[in-house]
Amino acid sequence: MRKLSTRRRHPLAGFVVLLMGLVVAGGMYSAFAPKPATAEEASARDIEAGRQLFLIGCSSCHGKNAEGIQTKRDGNYGPTLVGVGAAAVDFQVGTGRMPLANSGPQAPRKDPEYTAEETRQVSAYIASLAPGPAIPADEYLDTDGVSAEGLAEGGEFFRTNCTACHNSVGAGGALPSGRYAPTLKGVDAKHIYEAMTTGPQQMPVFADTTITPEEKRNVIAYIKKIQSQPEYGGMAGGGHGPVVDGLFTWVIGIGGLVGFAIWIGAHGARVKK
Amino acid sequence: MTDLVEGPDASEPIKNPGLQEHQERPQDVDPKAARRTERQISGMFGLATLLMLGFCVAYVTIDKDQTFLGWSAMNFTLGSTLGGALLLMGVGIIQWAKKLMGDHEIIEMRHPVASSDEDRESVLADLNKGINESAIGRRPLIRNSLLGAMGALGLPAVILLGDMGPLPHGQRKTVWTKGMRVVNDVSGTPIKPSDLEVGALVNAEPAIMYETDEHGEHVLHGKELLQAKSKAAVIVVRMRPEDVTPAKGRENWGIDGILCYSKICTHVGCPISLYEQQTHHVLCPCHQSTFDLADNGKVIFGPAHRALPQLPLAVDSEGYLIAVSDFPHIVGPSYPELARDQKKLDKKS
Repeated sequence: MRKLSTRRRHPLAGFVVLLMGLVVAGGMYSAFAPKPATAEEASARDIEAGRQLFLIGCSSCHGKNAEGIQTKRDGNYGPTLVGVGAAAVDFQVGTGRMPLANSGPQAPRKDPEYTAEETRQVSAYIASLAPGPAIPADEYLDTDGVSAEGLAEGGEFFRTNCTACHNSVGAGGALPSGRYAPTLKGVDAKHIYEAMTTGPQQMPVFADTTITPEEKRNVIAYIKKIQSQPEYGGMAGGGHGPVVDGLFTWVIGIGGLVGFAIWIGAHGARVKK
Repeated sequence: MTDLVEGPDASEPIKNPGLQEHQERPQDVDPKAARRTERQISGMFGLATLLMLGFCVAYVTIDKDQTFLGWSAMNFTLGSTLGGALLLMGVGIIQWAKKLMGDHEIIEMRHPVASSDEDRESVLADLNKGINESAIGRRPLIRNSLLGAMGALGLPAVILLGDMGPLPHGQRKTVWTKGMRVVNDVSGTPIKPSDLEVGALVNAEPAIMYETDEHGEHVLHGKELLQAKSKAAVIVVRMRPEDVTPAKGRENWGIDGILCYSKICTHVGCPISLYEQQTHHVLCPCHQSTFDLADNGKVIFGPAHRALPQLPLAVDSEGYLIAVSDFPHIVGPSYPELARDQKKLDKKS
């Protein structure tokens, strides 16, 4: 084994030294060169943009720092949003419930006022104030790959936790004082998930600690499945249950038959000739 | 036809108008119209036959998973063919009766409802003869013992009623015991206080529902599991501690605003978990009984008579929620002896 120095006069030695110099210089440059904007900085910009949107659209009720506004009689003009998390904003703004058009027993679902980009920015701002439920990861919203066992388990969770208010096929139902549990038909998987983790309005919170993200995904898969099933029994009439079905059958069904019978009896076959 | 005498009569101050003049139907006077109606009716019956054949074809050929306008194609076709066939047959029969069958007025006179005097006399005579021959009036022993036997016929019916079900005294005990963990329904996972945010609701069960013995078999299964579940199911909620107004003696039944109540309505026993997290009210979907969980489960609306029983909670050495005891108040719907059973329960504890 000869020493490296004995090769210094090799015809290719100059090229090797040049190559090494280039690699070192290139490495130094890449280490110290100004970087393009990273995710953290984009997030910081989102937060600032979200704060501006919040000041214009939300702060009149929720306070300039999202601290909430108390009325003189100790009521809640707008609740504090510190700690509600990005999921709450994404749900409330993404389903059009916020901004509230007028005060009433309950904020109704309507067309969203903010774009997806703006919603994301306001969510980022509120999430930056205090930790809270985050917007769910896509893997828990994709219900295509859920197995039959997963669907069955989702159905059990749904019947145990959701049907009391949202009806056994998710058609929704009434609550006292003009409030209601809304229908789950046509609601995004993301918004169903966020409703569970944040508990909007009168809905209780079903956090990831008690119903895991996988279990939530199964619940959503079950809801989507029962909504896409063909109606084997004919017209479901909205799936509102036996009272509506009975009303329809007795008033329109039986009533129609009685009317038909009376019509048969009232119309004689004789005509004056 | 004596009622149809002409002219004024003392017994009939208003003249009997008699029958209206008979009107002919088109089918009675026009043979062409009659034939047309005949063709219409037989056409309906023929179409009904075709629809029945269509029913048979649909039954064999349509796949049960096929859909039509979002409905099951098979159910839709079977229903519309059979329903259509029956409707056509019915309409055809009515047309036949109204347009082609004999059309003439018939009078049926009213008669007194009573039997004739001769009939009545002979029936009474037969009855008296029978009574005399049976000597029921002269042999009271036989008569009274027969009446006694007929009265005793009620006893078997009364004794059978005893098997309508056990008296509900077993209701005062559930499977909850001191130290049993409160676990999530369906998944069976135990619950830590830190898992619950303010506003949270957990539909929960006693841990024994998910316990297995050394052979890996569930401790409770089948009928026992369902019976235990129907009494021991609970809801766990968390609210701000300052919102809770515990009754005397209940101050330490919750943990930092976490409270546990029976899920069985005290009216007729429906499972209730319709919980409004801002008002802390839980509603029964059956008859709208409403309980205030922040105020010891007090009834604030509806037909329920007793407050929702509360389960006292504690935390075990591993930090999971456990029951301190069985329910101090009887769960489930009220029954006549409930007050007595509750007194016994109070004495024991």
